[in-house]
Amino acid sequence: MSTLEIDRARKLYGELEVLKEVSISIGTGDFLVLLGPSGCGKSTLLNMIAGLEEISGGEIRIAGKVVNDLSPKDRDIAMVFQSYALYPTMTVRQNIEFGMKIRGVPQAERDKAVKTAADLLQMTHLLNRKPSQLSGGQRQRVAMGRAIVRQPKLFLFDEPLSNLDAKLRVDMRTEIKRLHARLGTTIVYVTHDQIEAMTLATRVAVMKDGVVQHLDDPQSVYDRPANVYVAKFVGSPSMNIIPAKLEVKEGRAVAVIDIPGAAPTELAGIPVSSQAAAKYAGRRVLVGIRPELFSLAGAQSAQKLSVNIDVVEPTGPDTLALFQAGGVEVTARVPPRAVAARTPATLAVDTAKIVLFDAETEQRID
Amino acid sequence: MATNAASLATSSTPLATNARSFRRQHRIGRAVIYGSLFFMAAFYLMPLWVMITTSVKHLDEIYAGSFIGLPQQISFDAWRTAWSEACNGTACKGLKPYFINSLLLTIPAVIMSTGIGAINGYVITKWRFPGSNVIFGLLLFGCFLPFQAVILPMAQTLGILGLAGSLPGLVLVHTVYGIAFTTLFFRNYFVSIPDELVRAAKIDGAGFIRIFVSIMLPAALPIIVVSCIWQFTQIWNDYLFGASFTAGENAPITVALNNIVNVSMGRKEYNVDMAAAMIAALPTLFVYVVAGRYFVRGLTAGAVKG
Repeated sequence: MSTLEIDRARKLYGELEVLKEVSISIGTGDFLVLLGPSGCGKSTLLNMIAGLEEISGGEIRIAGKVVNDLSPKDRDIAMVFQSYALYPTMTVRQNIEFGMKIRGVPQAERDKAVKTAADLLQMTHLLNRKPSQLSGGQRQRVAMGRAIVRQPKLFLFDEPLSNLDAKLRVDMRTEIKRLHARLGTTIVYVTHDQIEAMTLATRVAVMKDGVVQHLDDPQSVYDRPANVYVAKFVGSPSMNIIPAKLEVKEGRAVAVIDIPGAAPTELAGIPVSSQAAAKYAGRRVLVGIRPELFSLAGAQSAQKLSVNIDVVEPTGPDTLALFQAGGVEVTARVPPRAVAARTPATLAVDTAKIVLFDAETEQRID
Repeated sequence: MATNAASLATSSTPLATNARSFRRQHRIGRAVIYGSLFFMAAFYLMPLWVMITTSVKHLDEIYAGSFIGLPQQISFDAWRTAWSEACNGTACKGLKPYFINSLLLTIPAVIMSTGIGAINGYVITKWRFPGSNVIFGLLLFGCFLPFQAVILPMAQTLGILGLAGSLPGLVLVHTVYGIAFTTLFFRNYFVSIPDELVRAAKIDGAGFIRIFVSIMLPAALPIIVVSCIWQFTQIWNDYLFGASFTAGENAPITVALNNIVNVSMGRKEYNVDMAAAMIAALPTLFVYVVAGRYFVRGLTAGAVKG
């Protein structure tokens, strides 16, 4: 069993509270991604799990055991760092077996573990090289090898891909995913890259200012973000947040959006409870629409927006069309060459996947 | 080919003339540069030249007026005298015992001050504690402290410790005085080593000493060399501390050299004086020749990244 429970963990630097009662719990084999911008406290939390930073309040339990007062080496963890942190004067082999040497693992066992890890990561030919003779991707692999031989209860990754170039980052991402599938270990992974979070995680914790904003599986975080911050942070281009007025017609919620140079447009079929609809009836709300929920309107399209396209940005597989609605700029993802700049267009909206937010608190309305 | 070359040479267009005059100017420029470089080098090496030639001349020849010229007859008698027979006022045993004194003094002082500086730099950069910056600032202050300012308190301290006038006392003085510099060297070098290395080692299970010995020290080779050269030169060449804190038999070579040069019975033996000065200067020269490459490399590495 290698579960991780973070129970109301706090971190204070003097008066400054950088983590405010964070609670996260994951099970064996979970891949938890701590996602957020720099300064949100995600790396601090990771270091607290690792034992590199003291825990100011609350508890952290690994496999059911409280680790608050344990030193890093007694927590049964392994960590991969952003800068790889390979020991510069040691060869790859020495780097990988350094920890085992300290723990007094016999030579024969060390050799076997090094060989297994080297085979797994396809770096047997690199074992006698120094870190300075390796490329970025190879160094990353060595850092992972060093973690693997430990056979820890918990793997910790601190932005492991951000020093790599774009192409390599995608390759290594796949490799980490494959590794997780094969080893089945529990992983905590820190990143500011929402694509990494989406592709790798089984659980995502979106963080901001030391508070977990949303903890769920990646698809749920993407589809039903807990608040406007999460909605904008996850997804690229990010979710459109359009101010609108909520009205109730025949017991169902309808969002009324202002379109410049046209009559206000009504969008029906928004998934909110009847209580919420009643509560917000007649009030301003924020309508969250992912760019891909737009499409070119056909004859059967029920929910439509007639807009003037300002700019089109072709990306290859599809084109981003930008227009004004509700006083903000809205991005729609449409097929290539479907629309042209500075021309009117009618777009259909898949309103069943729209998310509503409170205009004041910016929290999701269910 | 020959005709071609001839026709090319004769048909000198204005452009070709320009190119040729440019080349000539270039050559003249080079000649001026190298000429002045050689002149400067010769000027700088003049004292060394005088020392070496004088040390292998006969005293008669020196007194005959030949100071700069080549020796008529090379003789190493003066070197032998300087090494084992020259008198310093109390005894006539040459520089040899004092040379050994200096070795016994310099080697432990270099090792200790470098070792302590390395540990200090390691702690100040990788195990920061409240007030560590203040301590570093105070240590830095020690770099600017002139020798003269510490002589009295040092003498008192040595008296209390019962080390006054002894070689171990002088070793202690140089070690303490050197720590400010060696700490600065190592601190600036270790600052450039990422903290993540230490964190990785902690997770691997390494402790304070293990991280220092297995990770930091092997990576610090260039700055170890710098620190050793610096300290060796400082301590070997020191005169003031040596003259202040030792006496007679325990004096380092610089003090003995001074005594030999200043004591004269009858004719002043310039050749012996020069040989003695050469002997006193050889070890530092040797250290620079052997490890000078590391010195420049280590200094710049620390300076750029620190």
